Amino acid sequence: MSKTRAIIITGNGTNCEIEAAHACRLGGFDEAVIAHIADILSGDIRLDDFHFLNLTGGFLDGDDLGSAKAQANRLKYAAVSGSGEKLVEQFSRFIADGKLILGVCNGFQLMTKMGMLPGFDGNYLTQTATLTYNDCGRFQDRWCYLKCDPDSPSVFTSGIEKGIYLPVRHGEGKFLCSDDAILGRIEEEHLAVLKYSGPEYAEATMEFPANPNGSINAIAGVCDPTGRIMGLMPHPEAFVHYTHHPRWTRENLPEEGDGLILYKNAAKYAKENL
Amino acid sequence: MANRIEVSLKADIRDSRGERIRREIEHFLHLPVSEVRTIDIYTVDASLTQAELLEAAKGPFSDPVMQDWQVDQPSATGFDFAVEVGFRPGVTDNVGRTSREAVEYLTGRKFAPGEAVYHSVQYLISGDVSREDVERIATELLCNTLIQRHTTLTSEEYAAGKGFATVVPKVQVESKIEVKEVDLEVSDDELMRISKEGVLALTLEEMKIIQDHYRNPNVQSERAKVGLGSKPTDVELECLAQTWSEHCKHKIFAGTVQYEDENGERQEIKSLFKSFIQRTTKDVREKLGERDFCLSVFKDNAGVIKFNDKHSLVFKVETHNSPSALDPYGGALTGIVGVNRDPFGTGQGSKLIFNTDVFCFADPFYTKPLPKRLLHPRRIFEGVVEGVEHGGNKSGIPTVNGSLVFDERFCGKPLVFCGTAGIMPAEINGIPGHEKSIRPGDLIVMAGGRIGKDGIHGATFSSEELNENSPVTAVQIGDPITQKRMFDFLIRARDLGLYRFITDNGAGGLSSSIGEMSGECGGCRMDLSKAPLKYPGLNPWEILISEAQERMSMAVPPEKIDEFLAMAERFNVEATVLGEFTDSGVFHILYGERTVAWLPMEFMHEGLPPMQLPAKWSPPVHSEPVVPRKDDYTADLKALLSSLNICSKESVVRRYDHEVQGGSVVKPFTGVSNDGPSDAAVVRPILDSFEGVVVAHGICPRYSDIDTYHMTANAIDEALRNYVAVGGSLDLVAGLDNFCWCDPVLSEKTPDGPYKMAQLVRSNQALYDICMEYNLPLISGKDSMKNDFYDGGVKISIPPTLLFSVIGKIEDSRKAVTMDVKRPGDTVYLLGSTAAEMGGSEYYSQLGTVGNSVPKVDAATAYRQYKAYHEAVKAGAVASCHDLSDGGLAVASAESAFAGGFGMELDLGHAIWDDSLGEKSDLDLLFSESASRLLVTVHPDKLTEFESLMSGCSIAAIGTVTAEPTLNIRGLDGKAVVNAGLVELKEAWQKTLRDL
Repeated sequence: MSKTRAIIITGNGTNCEIEAAHACRLGGFDEAVIAHIADILSGDIRLDDFHFLNLTGGFLDGDDLGSAKAQANRLKYAAVSGSGEKLVEQFSRFIADGKLILGVCNGFQLMTKMGMLPGFDGNYLTQTATLTYNDCGRFQDRWCYLKCDPDSPSVFTSGIEKGIYLPVRHGEGKFLCSDDAILGRIEEEHLAVLKYSGPEYAEATMEFPANPNGSINAIAGVCDPTGRIMGLMPHPEAFVHYTHHPRWTRENLPEEGDGLILYKNAAKYAKENL
Repeated sequence: MANRIEVSLKADIRDSRGERIRREIEHFLHLPVSEVRTIDIYTVDASLTQAELLEAAKGPFSDPVMQDWQVDQPSATGFDFAVEVGFRPGVTDNVGRTSREAVEYLTGRKFAPGEAVYHSVQYLISGDVSREDVERIATELLCNTLIQRHTTLTSEEYAAGKGFATVVPKVQVESKIEVKEVDLEVSDDELMRISKEGVLALTLEEMKIIQDHYRNPNVQSERAKVGLGSKPTDVELECLAQTWSEHCKHKIFAGTVQYEDENGERQEIKSLFKSFIQRTTKDVREKLGERDFCLSVFKDNAGVIKFNDKHSLVFKVETHNSPSALDPYGGALTGIVGVNRDPFGTGQGSKLIFNTDVFCFADPFYTKPLPKRLLHPRRIFEGVVEGVEHGGNKSGIPTVNGSLVFDERFCGKPLVFCGTAGIMPAEINGIPGHEKSIRPGDLIVMAGGRIGKDGIHGATFSSEELNENSPVTAVQIGDPITQKRMFDFLIRARDLGLYRFITDNGAGGLSSSIGEMSGECGGCRMDLSKAPLKYPGLNPWEILISEAQERMSMAVPPEKIDEFLAMAERFNVEATVLGEFTDSGVFHILYGERTVAWLPMEFMHEGLPPMQLPAKWSPPVHSEPVVPRKDDYTADLKALLSSLNICSKESVVRRYDHEVQGGSVVKPFTGVSNDGPSDAAVVRPILDSFEGVVVAHGICPRYSDIDTYHMTANAIDEALRNYVAVGGSLDLVAGLDNFCWCDPVLSEKTPDGPYKMAQLVRSNQALYDICMEYNLPLISGKDSMKNDFYDGGVKISIPPTLLFSVIGKIEDSRKAVTMDVKRPGDTVYLLGSTAAEMGGSEYYSQLGTVGNSVPKVDAATAYRQYKAYHEAVKAGAVASCHDLSDGGLAVASAESAFAGGFGMELDLGHAIWDDSLGEKSDLDLLFSESASRLLVTVHPDKLTEFESLMSGCSIAAIGTVTAEPTLNIRGLDGKAVVNAGLVELKEAWQKTLRDL
């Protein structure tokens, strides 16, 4: 089969591209290309040539109009040079081709604001959810326990037994839906893949700081009904080796960090299906 | 006419921004406000169709899930007072800039010149408050009137006027662009008036040197050839003032000091910088011989050392004190994004890998009256913390290490130290990464932000004390995203070899950057009319010295310019050719066809004779406090843990992303609950390698009240022992010195100048002495010498402060050690000896006293101990290690214990005592801050190995780690002198700043 290829988009304030590419390689992708948005808008790099799209952490345009808003607007209107095609059409085709997208932190914010998540009924461009200011009113860098829904369709989390432990680093991580019907459907279809919880991964929690932002139903990560498109506020690429763990000097930990499984699952899926 | 788009939260959405403001009003202003809600206002001053306006309102400006919007309709309801806060004309408005770009994407059209979007925020206040109260809320909390404007309306006024009037804060420049000649053939008084009124900060002597230069007939005839008269132009005078400013020229460190010590021995020191700082590096490097790892020191924007064969490390620490005093948020934000440009502009450029920051403030709970113009310490605290948060987080650079230091005198000027490290390939396109050059004919290119009036006179104003008339234009607001875009572009341009030389535009703007670059090849010819401006109407001198942010200057070979400019455009970065470098020997500045400045390079850079500085040291004698001895020091320990200098800074640190870039190994917090204070940071800059960079710092301004020699020695020792504690190697470690002093130049305003200058001399002496013993080359540093407030009546001088930072390497970061105790049964060792050295201690400070017995560093002994300890780390024999600093053994043991979640049983009788200064006592053993001590725990299996590796050093087993969660310290008579549960100790430590 052909090589599995991951792409990580950067530019205009994206910050986590290097560690995201590293995580893709560790996870098993044959190639992980960091592409500046300028390279994509110029037509030099096309999403069509990749299997796994990473929209990763940062402060797109400084989050000046609300997190990732300006980039959502840019992607909606910007055209790719020479093709006459809007960039958003490349995104739609990527989804239609059955490929994988993972949005982390600012990338998750971007995906909800573009309307890509929860992506009901094949509609990936109408916004029905959002991510806004943490209830505590402050940026938070702290580690959180994330209970995983074993019944979720997410391709990325298969094999996670109870949950994973990852850092959050955001000021706008509170997940909200436009109405209760959307939230109900997310829960019913098991799309709320990851929820903030205590260290036993038993119950989801609304208590600060275990739930760092006051997300509705403690939601930390969401996927679309196909399970191929997922976004989460915590940073899986920031825990791929035990030395990332805040207590690695006092606990016996396996070599690999909890976050790596998302990238391994993506690589496995790409190898088998794309 | 402009349109207003108002964006408000839907009724059921929590307004956390408003809630935070309400809490702050309650907390700090004690006013009965029941609710604060907020509305974002976008004032669009551009020709858009109604349809486009509506599209902008519902598209990029609002979020359909949680916000409602109105166009040209007031949307506020249900409040008692409304306050609208926006920027004054010309102040950087980042949200406004992003808004404009968003509209441009939406319409597919670029804005015309002069068109813009301006952002402001409305605060809707409900509660039993008066208009005066609301004015207080507006001016003391919601806005900084220097850079922001506000309007207050009652709900009735709001209803009657149908909301707020539309304000377009467009810069209206009336003056015609002109170049003035300045007549220097005037009296001395008049010369000084020209200097003072122009914020030139030039002394009479300097003004006379300039006067002489223009009298020289040769100069006059050369000037005539380019169409200039015999009088200096304002462009020239401003350029000289900037080049010769204390900020840029470091005249105090370059001056000639007549030093007299306490015994009346006199000594002439020609340049403290050369005699101590440069000599330290030179002598250490000679000592290291083949093991020397320095690559570029003191000549570039940052120091460069070797990391491994393929990569080099770059590090710089800067201060941004004066701007932070005026506008804490903007000043600090500019401080961090400004220091980012230093390592970025070092050699051919480096990728930035971490930030560090150290802030010195007065007590945020300060209740005494303050002189006019000084902001309350709490506002400074809030603003600075937020500015650095935005600057660091948005730039994607982890903030890995820092401190908050408190002393009442920092209300005169806060100190804001920001550091940034970078990594660069050892070789780029066949040239060592840390080297660069300029050839005559290379083009002068400026990239990044545009030039405005912001930051004019930053360099000269920070070369004076803060006073009531300090210029508001000296304040800038950084724009991390414009800078990030520029860096994304330039790092690629670097790898393609599209430029030959790069440097940053910081203090002094183009005057400084192009002035220094011209020194590389011998001259330049630059046309200021080509420079991109934020708004029209800037005079040439303003363009030359503006400190508008986010700009880098490059020398681009002519054959590369097309590729360089095309790539810049593709990356949405503005880049402009301003002229070319020459070997004419002249800094030649034009505005269009007309020459506006013609300055021989030699006069600019060498024309200033050294300053003459008297210095006389007489050791201060403080009263020796008589401290009552106690049977139980538990309450004293808790009070220390709660003190501002020792307490947990977690509420601040968690606001800084310390893990982005994925290389975090030792984080700011560690231990069983992720809340114990780490001594130093370890990061892996290359993700598929385990080689780590270790960074740490030391700072102890309190000791300056006794002797700056020992303040300095202790700061260096603290930095190195923190570094060593986590596992940093002594084979590859370098230091950076950042001096923040109060004005040490004898004058009418500073009659005690000779004493302060002597403090500076003594500090430098210690720098040399200690660094030589520690094999620590100094690779970079900075001095800020005018940290005083003076309004003609009240003078507040900061305590002389040295921030000493160290950067180095750990070969295998999997061997790093953290400060939390690991398991019950481990043996607790105290490394180093303790003496009766309570002078300047945090314990004495709590009693409101200073004392005299300041800790002294025995560097040779300490170095042997650090070397041996590092071997123990490499052997895996160390379970935990914490440095002893403020609060001594008692504080360090409490911190290690509660971080690890296990107790400790310690016996003071086992600690090694140095009796040279007095008999041992429980008080001194608990709280003395004797230098070079580490508290180490070792697993029983490793005891023999540890003791054998440490043989020959002063180490003592003083107790064990216990399962029972209490700290139990037995005194010299065998009875407990400290006995407390870890929960209460941790609570004492965490409560002070938890809510800030």
